[in-house]
Amino acid sequence: MTILDETTEEQVDVLPKKRADRERIKPTTFLWLSPAGILVMALFIIPTVYACYIGFTNMQLLGPHAQNFSFTGLANFRQMIHDPVFWSSTKMTLIFVIGSGIIAQTILGFALALLGQRAHFTVRGTVGSIVILAWVLPEIAVAFVWYAFGQAGGALSQIIGRPGDDLLSTVPLLIVCIANAWRGTAFSMLILSAGLRNVPAEVDEAAQLEGASYWKRLFRVTIPIMRPTIMTNMLLITIGTISDFTLIFAMTQGGPGNETAILPVYMYIQAFQFNDLGYGTAIALALIVIGAILSIIYVAQLRPELRKAR
Amino acid sequence: MAIEELEIPVLDEEAPKSDGYATRRIRPGLFQGVSVNVVLALLGVVFLLPLIWLLDASLNPHASAALTTPAWSLKNFRAALAAGAGGAIKNSLYLAIVSTIVATVVSTLAAFVLSRRRVPFKASLLLLILFLTGLPVTLLLIPIFEIFVHLGWVDSPFYTSLVLAATSVPFTIWLLKNFIDQVPRELEEAAAIEGASELRILWRIVIPLAMPGILVASILTFINSWGSFLIPLVLDANPSSQPGAVGIYQFMSANGVVHFGPLAAYSILFSAPVVVLYLICSRWLNGGFAFAGGVKG
Repeated sequence: MTILDETTEEQVDVLPKKRADRERIKPTTFLWLSPAGILVMALFIIPTVYACYIGFTNMQLLGPHAQNFSFTGLANFRQMIHDPVFWSSTKMTLIFVIGSGIIAQTILGFALALLGQRAHFTVRGTVGSIVILAWVLPEIAVAFVWYAFGQAGGALSQIIGRPGDDLLSTVPLLIVCIANAWRGTAFSMLILSAGLRNVPAEVDEAAQLEGASYWKRLFRVTIPIMRPTIMTNMLLITIGTISDFTLIFAMTQGGPGNETAILPVYMYIQAFQFNDLGYGTAIALALIVIGAILSIIYVAQLRPELRKAR
Repeated sequence: MAIEELEIPVLDEEAPKSDGYATRRIRPGLFQGVSVNVVLALLGVVFLLPLIWLLDASLNPHASAALTTPAWSLKNFRAALAAGAGGAIKNSLYLAIVSTIVATVVSTLAAFVLSRRRVPFKASLLLLILFLTGLPVTLLLIPIFEIFVHLGWVDSPFYTSLVLAATSVPFTIWLLKNFIDQVPRELEEAAAIEGASELRILWRIVIPLAMPGILVASILTFINSWGSFLIPLVLDANPSSQPGAVGIYQFMSANGVVHFGPLAAYSILFSAPVVVLYLICSRWLNGGFAFAGGVKG
């Protein structure tokens, strides 16, 4: 006779249903999670859902549709598709993120990391501190300094020998990209130099003994080993740069005209200067989608490494 | 067999250890060594130029956008203070402090729970938190603005700092959770056996042990909130509660003529606290920012 035969119906009902070997959920758990939960719920989840709604309305900041706004379906998105400024803004955003963020910051950061690896520790330390100082400086201060540099009579025009040139008007996107590269390089430098330190020196030395030149070693040995680090770095740069507002807005307000109006700046202009909250939100949604697509591309690049690590 | 006769393997202390810096065993030639340092130093100078200009412009009463020779005067700093730098910096201090306290307290509680206790759907929650760290504020700004307008919470430094706290919370929770994961549980378990309550364990044991992580997280939140521009710009239109970033921006775009000298001074005044905080932080975390620090293996 087994316990199953001995146990009657009523006894089964009162048997404890919870497993005794699993940890109990303590009541304080929810209490302590709740402040964070409330904050995240109220200021992340609900606004995100609300944003998905607002993007499909004609809500305005002021004016007839501020209070009485209505659901307009895909009208905002139709407007977006036909809006030449939206498309040029998207193009600019990609140039800004890829050019100034991914290409410039990664190359500069990597160069600094590689040079630093072989340099004397005083030079490495000093230059490292300078580059990091550029990163720690509040964004508005960076914007101001590079605004001044790009002026007619500013340092950049002095350096290229044409002091009368208002570079901020002639090549604004370039100046803004330079400013962002100056500011953000420290991040890549730190991550990539940490990644470099994790490359086992034995592999590099083995390649040296086989007679491989420096560049061959760099491209055939070091960089492939560092691929996950480099990809992660690019992902983080993209996420950080794509929603960057302060630098460009403070330097050019998106101008001259709309020449530097990357998507976050364009969103702000539409929402708070043209009072069109609905359209602004639609632009923000488009920005999220673009960011998500880029992130997925990176994560897809990283997956082979993750699978290998298992 | 006596102890002395046992053969105990000993680490070969004299063999050069690999420290990741490949300069030990196969040395580069002298020319390469020198040129690397020269190139690095040149890059350093290029990066330094804007900072030099900033310093120079702040001290030069006739500052302009150009790089000039220095002339010392504190006139620009006085002008910056006259333009409201003091008040704006005080506002920044309020926003940064309140948001840091809120974010740190909230995140520590949540991180402790996520690290130590069983939580339903924990894996999904952690994934959500990781995902939220990358969510740009640009999407949230308009709906939060609308909600705040309805609630009458606009133009309030307090609610603005709550939003700033919220933007830091996901990253802080993730950071702290990973940190607390590494704190050994034996002490907590011993305390629990002795009959300590949950709260006591948290307060007396976990928090002191996790203090380095908590301090790093709060400094990062502080630096983040200090430099915040877009959120206060949108949520707080009251000129008397504008933080430094907005103040500098208003000063830049006011009156048509840009006063480079006072603005440079304003920028330096505004940047100083954050730079100092970073210096303190990096002195401590020598390992974390080891590029700039020593080569302590």
